[in-house]
Amino acid sequence: MKVPTMAEYMAEGKQPEVLFWVGCAGSFDDRAKKITKAFVKILNNANVEFAVLGAEESCTGDPAKRAGNEFLFQMQAVTNIEVMNAYDIKKVVTACPHCFNTLKNEYPGLGGTYEVMHHTQFLKSLLDDGRLKIEGGSFKGKKITFHDPCYLGRGNEVYEAPRELIRKLDVELVEMKNCRKKGLCCGAGGAQMFKDAEPGDKEVNIERTEQALEVQPDIIATGCPFCNTMMTDGIKNKEKEDSVIVQDIAELIANAQDL
Amino acid sequence: MEYIPNILFAILLIFGIGYFGKNVKKLSRNINLGKDVDRSDNKSQRWKNMGMIALGQSKMVRRPIAGFFHIIVYVGFVIINIEVLEIIIDGLFGTHRVFTKVLPDSIYGFLIGTFEILAIGVLISVIIFWIRRNIIKLKRFLSAEMKGWPKSDGNIILYFEIVLMTLFIVMNAADISFQQAGNGNVISQYLYPLFEGNVETAHIIEKVAWWLHIAGILVFLNYLYFSKHLHILLAFPNTFYANLKPKGEFVNDANVTKEVMLMMDPNADPFAAPAEGEDEGEPEKFGASDVQDLNWVQLLNSYTCTECGRCTSECPANQTGKKLSPRKIMMDTRDRLEEVGKNIDANKGTFIDDGKSLLNDYITPEELWACTSCNACVEACPVSIDPLSIIMEMRKYLVMEQSAAPTELNVMMGNIENNGAPWPYNQMDRLNWKDEN
Repeated sequence: MKVPTMAEYMAEGKQPEVLFWVGCAGSFDDRAKKITKAFVKILNNANVEFAVLGAEESCTGDPAKRAGNEFLFQMQAVTNIEVMNAYDIKKVVTACPHCFNTLKNEYPGLGGTYEVMHHTQFLKSLLDDGRLKIEGGSFKGKKITFHDPCYLGRGNEVYEAPRELIRKLDVELVEMKNCRKKGLCCGAGGAQMFKDAEPGDKEVNIERTEQALEVQPDIIATGCPFCNTMMTDGIKNKEKEDSVIVQDIAELIANAQDL
Repeated sequence: MEYIPNILFAILLIFGIGYFGKNVKKLSRNINLGKDVDRSDNKSQRWKNMGMIALGQSKMVRRPIAGFFHIIVYVGFVIINIEVLEIIIDGLFGTHRVFTKVLPDSIYGFLIGTFEILAIGVLISVIIFWIRRNIIKLKRFLSAEMKGWPKSDGNIILYFEIVLMTLFIVMNAADISFQQAGNGNVISQYLYPLFEGNVETAHIIEKVAWWLHIAGILVFLNYLYFSKHLHILLAFPNTFYANLKPKGEFVNDANVTKEVMLMMDPNADPFAAPAEGEDEGEPEKFGASDVQDLNWVQLLNSYTCTECGRCTSECPANQTGKKLSPRKIMMDTRDRLEEVGKNIDANKGTFIDDGKSLLNDYITPEELWACTSCNACVEACPVSIDPLSIIMEMRKYLVMEQSAAPTELNVMMGNIENNGAPWPYNQMDRLNWKDEN
């Protein structure tokens, strides 16, 4: 696995094609690290010249902003923007819809304007350019359902890129009763990931898992590390972990190709 | 003496429209209590949204049954108002069905015929709406915030419409010369046999129905201000001024940016006094604890809300039994804004602190913290209301003014501040995954 950093590129006096913004979950969370690695393997396989910031990357500030701490958010944003502007970064790809949304929409107002893509959009563009081939492999004919991340779907109206990638896997894509614009949150957004839920009858991720199980999928595909955690927890709660797998679209593609 | 009805009519009209005008002024004053926000960009997109969403009802039909009947009521109500024009002219000048003399028979017949069919359509739709509310008892009309006035308001509107449509048909049916002309009486002809025997009674009934109809319309017009039915007017400006940016994008607070930039500037002197002549003014309050801290679009949103509850029924927190209801956020904002407006009226134009605020007295922190910021409520609203922006402003107040975040969130924010991640990991370890299996 080749994972060059921006500092290394700079030392060689070169610019990578794209900065891979790994995000906190992708860097530290054991489950999300698998998504990060799967995505890197695909990039390596497609000969994409990318770099990461490594230790120079910091939280985008998304959870702070959604929790109401605008000051901390802007401090994070301005610091990250300084780093990215110093490297003269033009294009960013990230596997986290929260980082994606913040970098794409909220950083420009603070002096950081980049072309920002979600990894499913980026993989789709590789596919369109013929740099990436996707085949079903072991997934052929499996029933799969996609859980729309709020910050990718409703937040930024990206609904089709992930679905087009899934269809390429020769699987049967089935939609949950709440999908696309009507997608139901996994329960982690708005900084909920980091706190207990308010009292209610049920956890949001359980409700969403039940909706997913209604369509009897073999696989629940996700496009967000937080959704992934929430759905994985939901499946465990329903004791279905032997029959239903939860995987990010990057993992599905990497696994299908035995990367 | 023969002019008495005309004078009475003119007085009724002036009083009805005048009182409405007075309330519209109050409405606009209250909305302008909000902070300024610039929504003057991209006019063509704004007109298009208004045309599609308010005029074209494009988001209403996402729920096909309610959407279909709503369109009938909406089209019916708008078009029947052409008939009101004739009523007003007749009333002021003592004419009778003045348009029969102005318009060719075929057109007049077509118009009145259409109005009658629409009136029946509205009547049927409104009865279905009443059944949904009172017999089928749809869940979203029974939430906690829908008790008392909101519940009766919903029904009163339906009764109003039933009465107005019935009066319209009866007025036509009892109009013997109109019936004898047989032009456009497509529905009312079936009621005509009830009246044709007695010319005197028919005439009285026609007059009574005519007066009640126009008086009813004026009363209904004035009812709007006190009711969720205000949406029939405000849906238009509300969709026009709605946010055009991606829903995931939350506003970057410009006051915070100023401070952050100052902190990040190595040349800034932290002890520098403001430059001579530069007015420091009141220190800015972060976020919102009361309606005056919200912007005018958010306040317009609250008056536009028709309490349909589509937001709440899509809300993941609400669906899983948590206290948050985006509809309640909007209703609370309007109720508090009305209270503040009354306070201002009672105190000769200035607001005297009443020891209450939108936060805590209306909306509790528990509701605010239950939000996942998923934008389902914003997407669901048929008239582009944004409850989420109010929730976020109030969270901002809780955190930045009161340091009242839930403990776990304080831990998360502390981690971001110290380690650059919401979890307690060292920033230097960010690339460790590369070498792990």
